[in-house]
Amino acid sequence: MALLSCKDLTLGYDGHPVLSDVSFTVSEGDYLCIVGENGSGKSTLMKTILGLQKPLRGTITFGEGLRQNQIGYLPQQTAVQRDFPATVQEIVLSGCQARLGRRPFYSREDKAIARRNLERMELLPLMNRCYRELSGGQQQRVLLARALCAAGKLLVLDEPVAGLDPLVTAEMYSLIRNLNRKDGITVIMVSHDLAAAVQEASHILHVGQHLFFGTREEYLNSDLAGVFFSLKGGEPA
Amino acid sequence: MIETIGTYLQFPFVRYALIVGVLIALCSSLLGVTLVLKRFSFIGDGLSHVAFGAIAIASVLHLSDNMLFVMPVTVLCAVLLLKTGQNTRIKGDAAIAMISVGALALGYLLMHLFSVSSNLSGDVCSTLFGSTSILTLTRSEVWLCVVLSLAVVAIFIFFYHRIFAVTFDENFARAAGTRVEACNLLIAVIVAVIIVLAMNLVGSLLISALIIFPAMSAMRLFRSFKSVTIFSAVLSVFCALAGLLISIVAGTPVGSTIVAADIAAFLICSVLARLLGRSVS
Repeated sequence: MALLSCKDLTLGYDGHPVLSDVSFTVSEGDYLCIVGENGSGKSTLMKTILGLQKPLRGTITFGEGLRQNQIGYLPQQTAVQRDFPATVQEIVLSGCQARLGRRPFYSREDKAIARRNLERMELLPLMNRCYRELSGGQQQRVLLARALCAAGKLLVLDEPVAGLDPLVTAEMYSLIRNLNRKDGITVIMVSHDLAAAVQEASHILHVGQHLFFGTREEYLNSDLAGVFFSLKGGEPA
Repeated sequence: MIETIGTYLQFPFVRYALIVGVLIALCSSLLGVTLVLKRFSFIGDGLSHVAFGAIAIASVLHLSDNMLFVMPVTVLCAVLLLKTGQNTRIKGDAAIAMISVGALALGYLLMHLFSVSSNLSGDVCSTLFGSTSILTLTRSEVWLCVVLSLAVVAIFIFFYHRIFAVTFDENFARAAGTRVEACNLLIAVIVAVIIVLAMNLVGSLLISALIIFPAMSAMRLFRSFKSVTIFSAVLSVFCALAGLLISIVAGTPVGSTIVAADIAAFLICSVLARLLGRSVS
């Protein structure tokens, strides 16, 4: 059974659709990249998956015992965060907030989960450092560790490499690849970096004027990718 | 000087002033960090002007207990400001500016038209700058202040982790199922309560200073949310005590003396931050 299946989704604001009749499924272990031009409705689709917005039409179903608030979400950084006085540990621990329920404070178990994910992202040495003093790549790793605290099985990443330099970008992609292949975490990534998407993902969802959903191979053989890459000058490396 | 203070402490109204001053300073500093980081600083300012307008209406209507009228009105405005800030054509900061200046103007107009006392400008001045009201508190007002401040502190501790989550990243919190709107509402209501309480201490024009200065000072020096919150509370209480005692001994206006102490503390913290190499970019 699929982890997430979207059927005939129509999305938009105030009744104006920006994206119509999107259907796709995500199974456990998949690495889905959502690509498309700016304004094509990528972010709207992502917000709908996260339950931040209601679809105009269509249905989203979660399977395999996944609940909507168990999705690990890596949002884009906001201006507020850049001068935020908080330690790495405080931020990663806040990933456990869905577990709080009606309790006011985090339990020992929550703290253990936070610690495990700090370790996983190699952040233990930075644990008590202030978030605003970290480099861009380190900050993304903190937010990824926080997302992992919330996630059982599924990560949703919104442009995870935006604003990072090429070296750190490669590191970030390899971290995500490891989470997907070694730990079996399902990944949905929104990206406008088509070349990297084709390289990293197992499935591609292309939104915009032309809709496409299928595996990476199917996408590379489709007319859509052909047009795109001929414009860009050749096949991706 | 200690003797002088000792003599003054024998008067119950001085003791009341110290108790209430400390509690108000504690409460007002708690949410400062959140308000500064959420870019909500001016909500505090706007609401304090609304409270001034409400006091004007209360005094025109000859209400015996101002607080019972001013509190609900201010809380209501806090809720309205938060709602309009989120989803209308009038942007948040413009809405705040309109409401705050409007309330100030109409409040003064009302007090002028239906003047009930012979010393109008004295009344207005004390409402705006809180010159004497802290020293003229009745026993029941003191109790009300104590109960409300303790409630604010308790609520803040209970919701501490959620307030942190919502301040740091609203979208993430929303995706994790935290009720962000409810949290923002809670923050706005607490701010409104604090402002009405703090009017007694520093008057409506100076409240923002009480909310913002300790938080900014603490943010210069500390790196974790918890230490920033604790230090700003300690600093705020210290400055309020120092300001109160100085004003009693030197006969200066209470509100502005406290704010002056807060400004001095901010400058000291900035210098310390620079010396320690923790400059904030």
